Parts: sequence; structure tokens; C-alpha cells
Amino acid sequence: MLLKIEKRPEPARSMVYVTPLLALLLTILTSMALFTFLGVNPLEALENFFILPVNNQYGATELIVKATPLILCAIGLSVGFRANVWNIGAEGQLTLGAIFGGGVFVYFHDVDSVFLLPIMILMGAIGGALWAAIPAFLKTRFNANEILTSLMLVYVAILILSLLVHGPWRDPDGFNFPESRTFSESATMPILMEGTRLHMGTILALLAVFGTWIMLSKSLIGFQVKVIGAAPKAGSYAGFSQKKIIWFCLLFGGAMAGLAGVSEVSGPVGQLLPSISPGYGFTAIIVAFLGRLHPVGIILAGLLMALTYLGGETAQINLGLPVAVTGVFQGMVLFYLLACDVLVNYRFRMAGFSKVAS
Amino acid sequence: METDGAVTPRLELKGITKAYPGVLANDKIDLKILPGEIHALLGENGAGKSTLVKIIYGVLKADSGEMKWDGSPLEIANPHAARKTGIGMIFQHFSLFEAMTVTENIALGLPGRQNMADLSRRIREISENYGLPLHPERHVHTLSVGEKQRIEIVRCLLQNPKLLIMDEPTSVLTPQEAEKMFETLRRLADEGVSILYISHKLDEIKALCHKATILRGGKYITECDPTVETAKSLAEMMIGTNLTAPQHSEEADRGPVRLKVNNLSLDSTDQFGVDLNLINFEVRSGEILGIAGVAGNGQVELLEALSGEIRCQKAEDILLEQQPIGLTGPTERRGLGVAFVPEDRLGHGSVPDMSLIDNAFLSAYRQKKLLSNGLIDTRKTIDYAEEIVEKFDVRTAGISHTAGSLSGGNLQKFIVGREMLQDPKLIIIAHPTWGVDAGAAAAIHQAIIDLAAKGAAVLVVSQDLDELFAISNRMAVIAEGRLSVSRGVHEITIEEIGLLMGGTAGADVSKEFDSVA
Repeated sequence: MLLKIEKRPEPARSMVYVTPLLALLLTILTSMALFTFLGVNPLEALENFFILPVNNQYGATELIVKATPLILCAIGLSVGFRANVWNIGAEGQLTLGAIFGGGVFVYFHDVDSVFLLPIMILMGAIGGALWAAIPAFLKTRFNANEILTSLMLVYVAILILSLLVHGPWRDPDGFNFPESRTFSESATMPILMEGTRLHMGTILALLAVFGTWIMLSKSLIGFQVKVIGAAPKAGSYAGFSQKKIIWFCLLFGGAMAGLAGVSEVSGPVGQLLPSISPGYGFTAIIVAFLGRLHPVGIILAGLLMALTYLGGETAQINLGLPVAVTGVFQGMVLFYLLACDVLVNYRFRMAGFSKVAS
Repeated sequence: METDGAVTPRLELKGITKAYPGVLANDKIDLKILPGEIHALLGENGAGKSTLVKIIYGVLKADSGEMKWDGSPLEIANPHAARKTGIGMIFQHFSLFEAMTVTENIALGLPGRQNMADLSRRIREISENYGLPLHPERHVHTLSVGEKQRIEIVRCLLQNPKLLIMDEPTSVLTPQEAEKMFETLRRLADEGVSILYISHKLDEIKALCHKATILRGGKYITECDPTVETAKSLAEMMIGTNLTAPQHSEEADRGPVRLKVNNLSLDSTDQFGVDLNLINFEVRSGEILGIAGVAGNGQVELLEALSGEIRCQKAEDILLEQQPIGLTGPTERRGLGVAFVPEDRLGHGSVPDMSLIDNAFLSAYRQKKLLSNGLIDTRKTIDYAEEIVEKFDVRTAGISHTAGSLSGGNLQKFIVGREMLQDPKLIIIAHPTWGVDAGAAAAIHQAIIDLAAKGAAVLVVSQDLDELFAISNRMAVIAEGRLSVSRGVHEITIEEIGLLMGGTAGADVSKEFDSVA
């Protein structure tokens, strides 16, 4: 008896939805083994990871607060991934969004206007898009690999932020701490629920998800994105410009990541700091794939990945597990997902029973 | 070659049956090949020829049935075992590494380590013996298609096969190259090698084969002697109904010039591509111009230049109704009423992983106004996809299925239909009936002729000379990136076309390629 892998005649649609769950299951099993190895009761660890963080109202809203930047970044990335544009620099675009949006406040901190926040949000999106325009230009002009350029620009972006908050944008009353002024009321995202940190950025994220969904399923540009991703030659046959799609995907992804950045600094963070994101832009890559590049899937995957951040913190406090557990967990999810995806196009079959051609 | 029951067949099949989910690909098929016999396996696409051959070659296993080799039962587990038994196969599509030499390619296909010097001596020996001129040290990308095929034949002959299976070997050859290959095959047959020859070119089979087994819809129909049958009677056995030749309006009203190509030259960006060299031709309204040529002589480059996927150097290189369009892209050209059927239907003419609905939208959204207020009009797109499926008889389980799930012939009908139903002023079609069964091919040919009769200008690029002679008004030949002067189909013979396709011949022929400007 032998296990054979054979190609399916048509990709299995059901598997597209089954594999994320399968990947999650395998991740949980592996992490249980890992917890046991670390000398922690695996069931207790799982409880700390997945249940304790969200078993009250505040925890549940915190989950949404953490999921918001993940979903914003992932929805932007998902459009590019569909067109085979591999922007993995959302973290840097997020940082530039925070710089552009936060910069508006730094220069107009004494302005008390209802227009301040909308302008900050707009500038955040522009900042992210401009940062993503660099890989787009390099890709379309010199055919430079966007994976490398967008990734390297992440570190440049973080250093720019650090430079600003250590230098010109440092709070004059801040005892020399590398921080900007704390954002005023009119520069802060309105809170949606009293006593929590749930803020308007979540509404922005939901609007972005909805808008992207419409764009991908109904608009010509969305159609072009899908065609260029699935069959570039068919795209050029139909007259779709690959360069235009590369520009569009990167600018869109950058703008969404920029929005995430500004919604973080004018939301839960409340000021510009040298470090404003625990790697949301990178985790968003996992979110996009785990959500099958589909808007609804991305919301669910965003919530799950947000839970790993919260769970990691809880496990660190209650069980003394290292914070790296969060990263290991996230990595495992992506690893198993990519491995399980073989089931979409292939199936396993027991061979060796059938004796044919007598 | 007439032998009767006294001789033990080299290979005998009895009641071979193979079912796929939903289809009976082979239904109790019998086949008998004698030593030294060239046996044709004849049938339309989907008749079960490939399945049967794959069973013989050990790629597939039959569900039931019996195979005998020289009178004793035969069980073949895989192609390796088939080769050991003495069965060699030459596939329609070559599996060669372009950047390696002939010897290196052949060594890769042989079991175990090879002494290269020894191998190249044997290659030379065999190629001289059988009239298959081949230089063992040449790199494959420098060879013509005919020469590449010789590599595959030599690779088989090195293993001293007793049965040689050939799958549509002449589809890539000029008539002269094909005739050369036939000589080799006849010689092999004289030495006692059996040959199973798969083709749908009836004239060839009449000229070459001693026996023919005809399959239709997975069933064994009959065995006959092709030398006494007519091409028409063979074709009718193959498709089971009477064939009607396409109705051709000879004195079609030629309108004004629709498409004019002026000294078009273009350097290929592909390392193994072909540069276009001073191409000139025009197509009038109501006229069908056929361009013949062996694959890889600049057809791909010419088609991409005409569709706008590659921009020309000057706008005046291509004139559409006197309007220069050489620098515009595919979308603008479609907007002017041009439609295209590209050579590669999967991944070029269609997106394999997208539904037929999306694929209907792909190139027709503009002409068919499938966008409303900037959004895709799903209802209208579905209607259009259904219209194509219905009018062009596309066999599919439904238009929500992916293009990749269709059989080659049905996808071809879908793409041809999608382009034709846009009522183009000019349509450019590459290989209109490649891989399409005879019945559907006749329907597509008729549709092309009807479209021309309505006043469209039609440009057909094909390797199938029978097809071009059947539907074109004028013909030209492309060879090594140059296009011959076009001539009316009645003023040119198949031999002349063949010589032009070879691109070799003397001064007489090369004059044909001189620019007419």
C-alpha cells in the first residue's frame, strides 16, 4: 500500500476553506507539544492563549483594537498578492503613514479643528502610498525585485521615525524622552465604546474591507488584478497593462498600511514613539494568506492573529513563557497553511490495492 | 506486406477498456499489428487514441482487456518496462533542453551512465543509416523542428525497438520534411519494425500505412486497408456522418483594404525568438488571407505585433483602414474593431483558473459593453458567455466552470466564438481548429467564411495546409521571419508552399521573399 499524490482535475474549492482550519489544528497540536517541552501544562497554556485574553468585554475589544491594523495592512497586501505583486514592506509603509499623519499634529499641535484628524488620516494614507511608490518605481523601471526593495525600506522607515522622535519632533516638555507630544483630543481617533480602547480606526478598516471586496469582485481594475495574477499573458492579450497593475497594487497596499499606521498613533498609541508596531505589517502577510486573500477571510484571520498577540502577552504574564512564543505561533500557522495548500490542487490516494488489466 | 493469420502479430489487443469518471475512454478495443506493418490509428479528438496508446506504452493501466506481444501475454507496468519490451514512442511535443547538445539530450533519456564519445558515434551511425541527418554536437536551439523530431526518432532507434509509436509526427513538418520521414519509416518497416502511426491527416495515411484501425467515441469501429479507401470514406468512418466541405464564396466582394502592414521589422526580445524582417501584406474587407509556415518561423512574433502586445517601431508599420496603429495597444485596437484568437489558448487566450463568465468578459467587455457605471454587469456577462456556449456548441458542464476544465477543442470553440461574436471588422486567428474534432472544425471554418462574407477581413495563421487551402482566398508563407508574396489559392500548389516553408530552395524562391515595396 502506498500513499500517492495526484493532481486534481480542477482545484478543489472546498479545500480552499478547509486548509486554514487544518493548518490551525496542526499549529495547536504542535504548540501543545512545544508547551509540554517547555514544562507547561499544554491545556493550561492553550487556555491562557486563546480563552483568558477574551473572556471579558475589555479583552474582546482589545482583540478588535489589535486586529484593526492587521486587517488594514492585510487587505491592502491581499490585492497585490492576487496580482503576484509581493509587497512585504507593509511595516515600513505603516511607519511612514504614522510619520505623515503624526507629523501633521506635530506641526499643528495648537490647532483645534474638526479637520485636523481627517487631514492626518489622509496624510497617513499618502505617506504609506509614497513609501510603496519607491518599490513600484524600481520594479517598473528597473525590474528590481519588489520583495527585496519593499523589505529593505522597512528598516529605513523605522530609522527615519527614530531620527524624528529623537530629534526635531521630540516633545519639548518630555524630559528628553524620545517621544513626540501626546496627541490632543482633536488629533485622536474617537473612542467607540466608553471604558475601552475601541476606536474609529476599526470603522475605517471595515470600510476598507468592504470597498476592496466590491473593487475585486465588480470593478474593471479588480478584474485586471485577478487576470494579471492568474495569467499575465492573457492579461496583456486583453490589453491590461502589467505596469499599471504593479503601480496600483503597491500604491493601494501602501495607502492601506499608511492608514493602519496613522490609526495606531492617533488611536491606542496616542503619540509618536520610536517603535509603534509590534510587527503588524509582517503579521499581516500571514493574515492575508490565512484569510485566502478574501476580504471576509481576512477579517477572521485578522482576529485570530490578534489573539496570538494577546495570548502571547497573557502567557508571558501568567506562565512566564517567553514573548517569542507569539512569533513561533504565527510562523507555524503560515508554515502549515502553505504546506496544507497542496491539498487544493492535489489529492492523496491509497494506491496498491487495485490490480487492473488482468 | 499482405500477411494473413499465419503470422503471429507483434502486438495484439483484445477488448481493452478504460473508464475515467464519467467517460468510457476506451470501450472494448481490438487492435492487431503485424511485424513490419505500418498501422494507422485513426480517429477524431476524443476518440480514445491517446488513451489507447498510453495503455500500450504503460503510462495508463487498462481496466480490463488483454494484451499479447509476439503471441504471449504482456503486462506493462510503466514506460520503462515498455521500452525494455521493445516499444518506443515519439510524442507530438518534444521534451528537449534547448541549451544542450543533441548528444546530451539523448544521453538524458537513456538509462544509466553513458560514454559520450561512444554515444555520439552511435548517433551519427544511426542517423546516417536511416537518412536522418543530425549533428550530435549541435545545440538544440539551433535546430529546425524537423531536426528536433529526428532527435526523438534517433533516441528511440538507439534502443532497437520492435514497435514504434508515433503521435501526429508530421503536424510540425513541411510536406518535404514529412516525405523524408516517411522514407525512414518505410525503411524501418522493411527491416521488420512495426509502427503504430497516429494521425488525422488522411492523405498521409493513405500514402504510408498498410492497415488502419478506426476509433470513434472510444469504440472500435473497423479495421480497413487505407490504400483502397478514399480520404472521404475514411473521414466518414472516423466521424460517422457525411462530411460537407465548407461553402466558399469564390467571387467574394472584395472591399477596400482593411489591414495593411508596411515593411514591418521587429527584433525579438526572446533569446530563442525570431526577428521579423520587412513584412508586407494587406487584407481586404471580405477576404481571407492564410499565412502558412512551420512553427517557430516568426508566427508568434507577427501575431503579437498585430495584436499590439508588442509595439511596432513606427505607427505607420500597421495601418487599419489607413489609420496608423503600430504604436497603440491591444485595447485601442480592439476598440477599432479588431479581434484576435491567439495561438496558445490556455494562459494566453484564456485564464485557466477563471470561469467561462470571466473569460467571456476578458476581451469582450469593451465591444459588448459589459461595464455599467464602471462596474462589471454580471447579468450581461453571463448572457454573453451563454450565447457563446450555445452558438459555438461548447460542451461544458456550465459557464461557472473554469476555462482550464474544458477540453482543448471546446476551449478553442469558446475563444473563437468570443472573438467572432463581437462582430469584428478584422479578425486575426492563429490555428483556428488546432485540436478541434472534424465536425467542429467544419463549423468553425464555415463561421470564418460567413464572417468574411459579411465583410470582415480575416487573417488566418496556421500550420495546417489543408485548412488554409480550404478557407483562404489568398495565401502567403512565413519562413525565418520573412513573409512571401501572397498569391491566390488557385495560382499556387502545395509543393510550392512546401518549398517556401522550407525557406531553403534556390534563387527562384528567395525572390518570393523580396519585399514588394
